[in-house]
Amino acid sequence: MHQLELRNIRKTFGNVVANNNVNLTLEKGEILSLLGENGCGKTTLMNMIAGIYYPDSGSILISGEEVTIKSPIDAFKHGIGMIHQHFKLVDVFTATENIILGYKEQGKFNLKKSAERIKEIADKYGFIIDPKKKIYDMSVSEKQTVEIVKVLYRGADILILDEPTAVLTPQETKKLFNVLRKMKEDGKSIIIITHKLNEVMEISDRVAVLRKGEYIGSVNAKETTESELTEMMVGKKIELNIDRSEPKNAEPRLIVSGLSTIKDDGLPGVQNVNFVANSGEILGIAGIAGSGQKELLEAIAGLTKIKDGKIEYINPENEETVNLCLKNPRQIRDLGVRLAFVPEDRLGMGLVGNMDLVDNVMLRSYEKGRSIILDRKTPGALTNQIVSELEVVTDSVHTPVRRLSGGNVQKVLVGREIASVPKVLMAAYPVRGLDINSSYLIYNLLNKEKESGSAVIFVGEDLDVLLALSDRLLVLNGGRISGIVDARTTTKEEVGLLMTKTVAHEEE
Amino acid sequence: MARENHKEPLFHIVKRMNISEGAKVGIRVLSIVIGLLIAAIFVISLSSESHNFFGFFGSMVSGVFSTPRKLWRFLLEAALLLGVSIALVPAFKMRFWNLGGNGQILMGCLGTCMVMFYLGGKLPDPVLWILMFIAAVLFAGVWAVIPAIFKSFFRTNESLFTLMLNYIASILVGYFIAFWYTNGTGAMDPLTDGRLPTLGSSPFGKYFLPIVLFVFVTVAIYLYLRYSKHGYELSVVGESENTARYIGLNVKVVTIRTVALSGALCGLVGFILSGGINYMMSTTMDGNMGFTGIMVAWLSQFSPIIMVFISLFIAFVTNGMAQVNEDFGFTDENLSAVIRGIIFFLLIASEFFVSYKIIWREDAQKVVDKIAFPFVWIGKKLNPVFEKIGSFFKGISLKARKGGK
Repeated sequence: MHQLELRNIRKTFGNVVANNNVNLTLEKGEILSLLGENGCGKTTLMNMIAGIYYPDSGSILISGEEVTIKSPIDAFKHGIGMIHQHFKLVDVFTATENIILGYKEQGKFNLKKSAERIKEIADKYGFIIDPKKKIYDMSVSEKQTVEIVKVLYRGADILILDEPTAVLTPQETKKLFNVLRKMKEDGKSIIIITHKLNEVMEISDRVAVLRKGEYIGSVNAKETTESELTEMMVGKKIELNIDRSEPKNAEPRLIVSGLSTIKDDGLPGVQNVNFVANSGEILGIAGIAGSGQKELLEAIAGLTKIKDGKIEYINPENEETVNLCLKNPRQIRDLGVRLAFVPEDRLGMGLVGNMDLVDNVMLRSYEKGRSIILDRKTPGALTNQIVSELEVVTDSVHTPVRRLSGGNVQKVLVGREIASVPKVLMAAYPVRGLDINSSYLIYNLLNKEKESGSAVIFVGEDLDVLLALSDRLLVLNGGRISGIVDARTTTKEEVGLLMTKTVAHEEE
Repeated sequence: MARENHKEPLFHIVKRMNISEGAKVGIRVLSIVIGLLIAAIFVISLSSESHNFFGFFGSMVSGVFSTPRKLWRFLLEAALLLGVSIALVPAFKMRFWNLGGNGQILMGCLGTCMVMFYLGGKLPDPVLWILMFIAAVLFAGVWAVIPAIFKSFFRTNESLFTLMLNYIASILVGYFIAFWYTNGTGAMDPLTDGRLPTLGSSPFGKYFLPIVLFVFVTVAIYLYLRYSKHGYELSVVGESENTARYIGLNVKVVTIRTVALSGALCGLVGFILSGGINYMMSTTMDGNMGFTGIMVAWLSQFSPIIMVFISLFIAFVTNGMAQVNEDFGFTDENLSAVIRGIIFFLLIASEFFVSYKIIWREDAQKVVDKIAFPFVWIGKKLNPVFEKIGSFFKGISLKARKGGK
């Protein structure tokens, strides 16, 4: 008998079929990886098991019995707990308070007793958790631990983890996998949603693959290869190699020295950052999420308050040096600085979701000329060019950008920025949420820019990609640079250590 | 199947993806019809005199169309409401919730009356008109800019700020009336100098200028929003302040500029009310149009063409209900407000059904089908008509969009 079984699950949102005809089984004491590209319906499917959505049709069976899961409470009753990608914790509460929040236990409300039980659970599986610590004092990995313990505390036998390693360093990932293995030995069943193939091979017993909402099949992890899994995910064979050419005529283009910034809430952003970005080179930036990547790029783009330091741009045409500090993006452009920026928040900063493609393409250039009337002709032609060159899938250039899929949104944004023929191109998490094909298209575009002589600054989260694409790798840690390494010779472990080491704080 | 033990929810709500233009029109028409039916039942059941059901509708129509005076009043009110709604649109598109339309109209009235009162007779009328116009636009513009400045520099909430300024404006107007007319009645005598020009000598001649003016303003604002750089900038600020900063826009300048325009246009309504219609001012001269205009602007989804129709509809209901009140022997004004509220409420509620669909559980669906049968039948019969109306509206907006590119 299966611990969990899904039969012919179907879920639609309007005309979009998120899941169709999905059949899935999960055994007791098994780790199952749910693999699939972004937007293929993995999270939707898991949300139906966890009681967030209700399936349009099909049935869910637990230990052979059909059940109805209308809410997360129902899910817990059946021993199902989900750890979401975006944590759902109350910042000002302690770990214990968060774990027991909303859970009706027998007997009196007793925080001390609960804390003891949490300790017990932690010891059993090898978690490290401080029940009295407030969430806002915790690192991402600690918060995740709280989420997992929360689920275990409620007696879950089936745990669903949605992209648990996306926010972890290699070392933290290892620790998490050890814990998962212990849970498995204890007879828990675990589903991991992920799209990192090497992790799939490492941790799981079985791999189930979804493609465009449909269940493709499942294989035993031991009997498969990464390329077979990719083929199942994408539906065709694809090359997963990134070409990396040797930098040509590398010369300094952007010199950042002693840069410190202040965030909107008054807290320090990056502190005392020094580096040089060379033309014809990709400078990768690695770091745990929130280590100052965003602040650094926004400071260069003229979007953040700068407390101290210099950002110098060397104009390749006349070798003049321009200081970009304390200038807004328009002033920077008016100085003849050819700086392009693909921000992390595509629809919230780089583009306007409710506007059509043309209006978005002209965001950076509409104010040219003295006329008070907008010129939509020139940007219209440029839009058509971007659409055809990057193969943007859209009904028309007058479709609001928010209706496009993630990959196509990014193509419009990157296409616009590259169309300005930049000398410095900054891209923050440019492949986040993109399918494999679009991701490789973006990598190729970055490479092309590098080969045409731009200084490319690339903030990424997947270390494998960072190591394969960058020429040099800058590691940020708590707003400071903890190292700049040669991406060709360094290892994942070395970078992982630089991401987490605490040396940076000792200077203070 | 063991379905009975595992009941699925009675219904769930699903977002509609591709709703046809006909269905959109159909849903809205249905909501208006239901609203009018409820209103009719409500009125007839409360009336002490006996009336037949259709008398209600007869009264409504006669309240608007029975005499030239009524017809002109109806058109004037629709034009004024259109003027206020279109004035709010630039601010709303920028996500600046200007709830201060009433106050801004009153400040426009105050500016106009001040010029008429102090300079009337001392300067020729055409000079007065220009000064009245400037005073009205300036007063109202400043009244709107105050909260905009506070929002830009101190991050205050503009909804509360603009709302509170309404009361101050109303009291200011009351103060000046009391200051000018010390007889203690709190009312103002009509002023004679500086009256805006009328068309011919007919008593309805004064209604002509406002109607033309606000139609003109509507077209102008439509073009401003659609084809000017300013219009583009304010929509970027409204959609995402981060994007605005990213492209190097000065958000403060855009905010203040746009809100000044919004306030100034409200002032224009005050200018017409005091200078062209009533030749005086009162603390309630705004007629709450600042609030009604919000509803018009939202219901029309900021499309000026739809705004014309909604303004007409609301003016129709308002004037029609006034007639019903009279014919059915209600002495209390508030009753017509209640019924207006019912009709508007249903109209607003219909937007929910335009965006969302309710999917019933199978057994419940059967019951729902039975109840909804007559509506569905009528809807199907009328669908071609609705389709035509819908595609007409869509045609206008699309043509406008393509024309610019």
